[in-house]
Amino acid sequence: MSRKLSEEEYKKKLSYRMEQWFAGQRDPYLEHLRMKPQAERTLEPEKEEALRKEKKERLDKVYRISDNRPVKLFEKLYRIFCVAFCFFLVIMLLIAVSFLPSYGEDEKPVNNEVSRRYIEKGLQETGAVNIVTGMILDYRAFDTLGESHVLFAATCTVLILLRHDKKKGERDTEEETDRVYEPKNDVILQMVSKVLVPPIILFGIYVILCGHLGPGGGFSGGAVIGAGLILYLNAFGFAKTEKFFSEKTYKVLSVSALGCYCLAKSYSFYTGANHIESVIPLGTPGAILSSGLILVLNICVGIVVAGTMYTFYVMFRKGGY
Amino acid sequence: MSFVQNFPFFSILLSLFAGPLSSVLSGKAAKALNAAVITIAGVLSAATLVFVLGTGESYVYTMGHFPAPWGNEIRVGVLEAGMAVFFCIVMLLCMMGGAAERLLEIEEGKQNLYYVMVNLLLCSLLALIYTKDLFTAYVFVEINTISACGLIMIRQTGRTIEAAVRYMIMSLLGSGLLLLGIVFLYDLTGQLLMDHIKIQVQLLSVTGEYHIPLLIAISFMAVGLAIKSALFPFHAWLPDAYGYSTLSSAAILSSLVSKGYIFLLIKIFYQVIGFDLIVRSKVINVLFVFGVAGMLFGSVSAIREKDIRRMIAFSSVAQIGYIYMGFGLGTTAGMIASIFHILSHGATKSLLFVAASGLTDVSDKQRSIRRLTGAGYRNRLAGVTFTVGALSMVGFPMFSGFISKILFAQAAMENDGKMLVTVVALAVSTILNAMYFLKTVIRIYTPLPADGGGEEAEGNTVLHMRDCPAKSLAMICFIALNLFLGLSSEPIVDLIRKGLDMFA
Amino acid sequence: MDVMNLFRNYEEAVAMILFGIGFSNLLMQKNLIKKIIGMNIMDTSVYLFLAVKGYIEGHKAPIVVDGVQSVEAYINPIPSGLVLTGIVVSVSVSALMLALTIRLYRRYHTLNLDEISTLLKKEEKS
Repeated sequence: MSRKLSEEEYKKKLSYRMEQWFAGQRDPYLEHLRMKPQAERTLEPEKEEALRKEKKERLDKVYRISDNRPVKLFEKLYRIFCVAFCFFLVIMLLIAVSFLPSYGEDEKPVNNEVSRRYIEKGLQETGAVNIVTGMILDYRAFDTLGESHVLFAATCTVLILLRHDKKKGERDTEEETDRVYEPKNDVILQMVSKVLVPPIILFGIYVILCGHLGPGGGFSGGAVIGAGLILYLNAFGFAKTEKFFSEKTYKVLSVSALGCYCLAKSYSFYTGANHIESVIPLGTPGAILSSGLILVLNICVGIVVAGTMYTFYVMFRKGGY
Repeated sequence: MSFVQNFPFFSILLSLFAGPLSSVLSGKAAKALNAAVITIAGVLSAATLVFVLGTGESYVYTMGHFPAPWGNEIRVGVLEAGMAVFFCIVMLLCMMGGAAERLLEIEEGKQNLYYVMVNLLLCSLLALIYTKDLFTAYVFVEINTISACGLIMIRQTGRTIEAAVRYMIMSLLGSGLLLLGIVFLYDLTGQLLMDHIKIQVQLLSVTGEYHIPLLIAISFMAVGLAIKSALFPFHAWLPDAYGYSTLSSAAILSSLVSKGYIFLLIKIFYQVIGFDLIVRSKVINVLFVFGVAGMLFGSVSAIREKDIRRMIAFSSVAQIGYIYMGFGLGTTAGMIASIFHILSHGATKSLLFVAASGLTDVSDKQRSIRRLTGAGYRNRLAGVTFTVGALSMVGFPMFSGFISKILFAQAAMENDGKMLVTVVALAVSTILNAMYFLKTVIRIYTPLPADGGGEEAEGNTVLHMRDCPAKSLAMICFIALNLFLGLSSEPIVDLIRKGLDMFA
Repeated sequence: MDVMNLFRNYEEAVAMILFGIGFSNLLMQKNLIKKIIGMNIMDTSVYLFLAVKGYIEGHKAPIVVDGVQSVEAYINPIPSGLVLTGIVVSVSVSALMLALTIRLYRRYHTLNLDEISTLLKKEEKS
């Protein structure tokens, strides 16, 4: 309010408007100004492309190792450290080796009562002519039981990584399978493998069955059979092998083999620990049907190994059986 | 021989056979089988524990018809049986807590393969706990490594596969060194069974023969197992592996897998070499230094981390450091503290992983800590569980972490040379722990702004206990386990002490 | 250090040098396949070391021939058995590593682990 000016005149004055604005009663901009709606951001395709390119280049530059100084420095230091460490390791090991018992001698801590019993009584106690087989499948069978499960675990991880689970209606792409590079009916290969595959598989079976009589055993024999199967696959293609060897075949075979292994070993562990006589006869050493459970275990290991080798191959090649 | 004495062997064989069997079953059946196997193994181990406590001495179980230096044997004592029970409980809870995530994150056709891996992992852990033979231990270490790798990469994203590769490289270095150490020891003693090696090693240490090769064998085995259990400078694979694998894998890996290797190392210390000789060999000083460095470095990295899962993973590095620091003290008290910390960390870390997933579930699956604002109100049980875990990690009384910290401090008092370093490291690491864990707790209990938080809060949901019954039950059990370890620490420490007496 | 004994133990010494070569390859090679080769060299060297342990000058392989069962006739069978077990483990681990490598290569078209991890980080940023 002012005494000199009338009401209307006063209201036009700047000081009045200022006062009003301070008091927050009236905003000069409110209702007088309006924000323009934002225009749709339209860029020419070329410009947009350029922007995207710039962003990508920036990212590339940040993540290019050759431009990244700290990373490069770290790499250099890492290499120097590694070289030094490896030299240190080798020298330490060589010093240690120089103190070890001499090579090829008879009087060593290793040649003690343990190996003496394996050699002198192995044949009577396990029935196996091959002392090593007797040792790994009877004296120290727990290791070997673990070992065959290592193989199974590895197969499962390979299946997880490489098995190509096709959805319905999806077709194989070239990138993911090697099927396109398959030799189509190569006559030479087919003829040779027709001649070779049966003896290879027979030889594998022989190696497995004679594991307790001579050099050989489940692992080597299984690997031979696996090689035979792989040769067959290469000559005749997946279309033929699919008919007799699918994933289900592998799983059923390996589960029953491993289950048989577990059961057989459980029996011998249980009877051994509880001091029960085992009812399995050892037979005459040297005969095929001898040495108690060792033959059965060798066959089980052979089946698992053959299946595993073949599975590794088909998984790496195609991602399916 | 009493029938109960067969139980450890039954539990190993059962889980071993359940592995291959799961591969022919459907995902659901395999899941049920797996739960049954873990439960049965736990019950059998508990019965064994009761039996061993009753007789008051450990016993040896012959695996086959041939006694000690010729055949394999396993050995069961209080510590072994107790550890087996604990591992089974934690594994069951981890599997229960992560069931929903597994369905989402693992391809449908490969569900059963996951359970193959878990069964084989359980078997290898049990075998590592019980075995008396060094070479058998090596074989089962490999099963453990392969199945752990399977657990990491079964959720197939680029991150997990890269983490799996890094994990495998580190593990292979470790198992190479371990195997070489075992072979050296075999060459010097001509034995593979633990107590027979020990007799020979004691003889050698008296005569002073083969001093250097023996030292190298000990240090190779110790370093190999330390690498495999992600001790500080070898932890590069750990954050990615724990941070991006599926929930139950992360929980099992952090709380059990590394602990299996550490338990094997304890066995080597006590049953293969003899603790006095280990203390005299100075190998533990190396472990002590790396342990302390890991405690500090792990915590600092965790503070800088913005992703909650990776933060918890880095905290694991620090906790592994604690355990090795306890070894490094070179006293029985330090060993007891380390073993208690194995239990306490196993129970707490898996709890944190499960709770963290409960919190991220209600925040649009976003894992950055900033997005978790107010998550403690949206999923109340997960909030409470996470708080319990955080307080336990920091060392709040009532929870298990407090007991292990106090045990470490007490053990440090007995050791003149390392007392100051240990106590300072404990104090600093506790403060660092508090910094990142309490920061997260405060964050999850900060209400969102009144307007709902705008874009930041998009996708937030509310979960009640009935919406995810399995996970909720797992969380409640974890809280109970943690409180049990924290409140009844006296009998547990007694049990560990008794077990260690039987151990040697 | 007993240099004469080191020369007498030349097979063990060679195994240890091979171990060093394998170990350094596993640590330092950038190419994943070369890393795997390094790992195999390392494993094989340990098996060589182990197999040498069992050898006794002039003795034969431990397969009973003509009913002779005396320690004077055969070498020590234990290391051979351990090598057999070890080889299987090494085969499984190689297969697993190769499978992992294939998966990474299909996705990132490179075998360099460092490049892969930078690509991963880049993927998350963009």
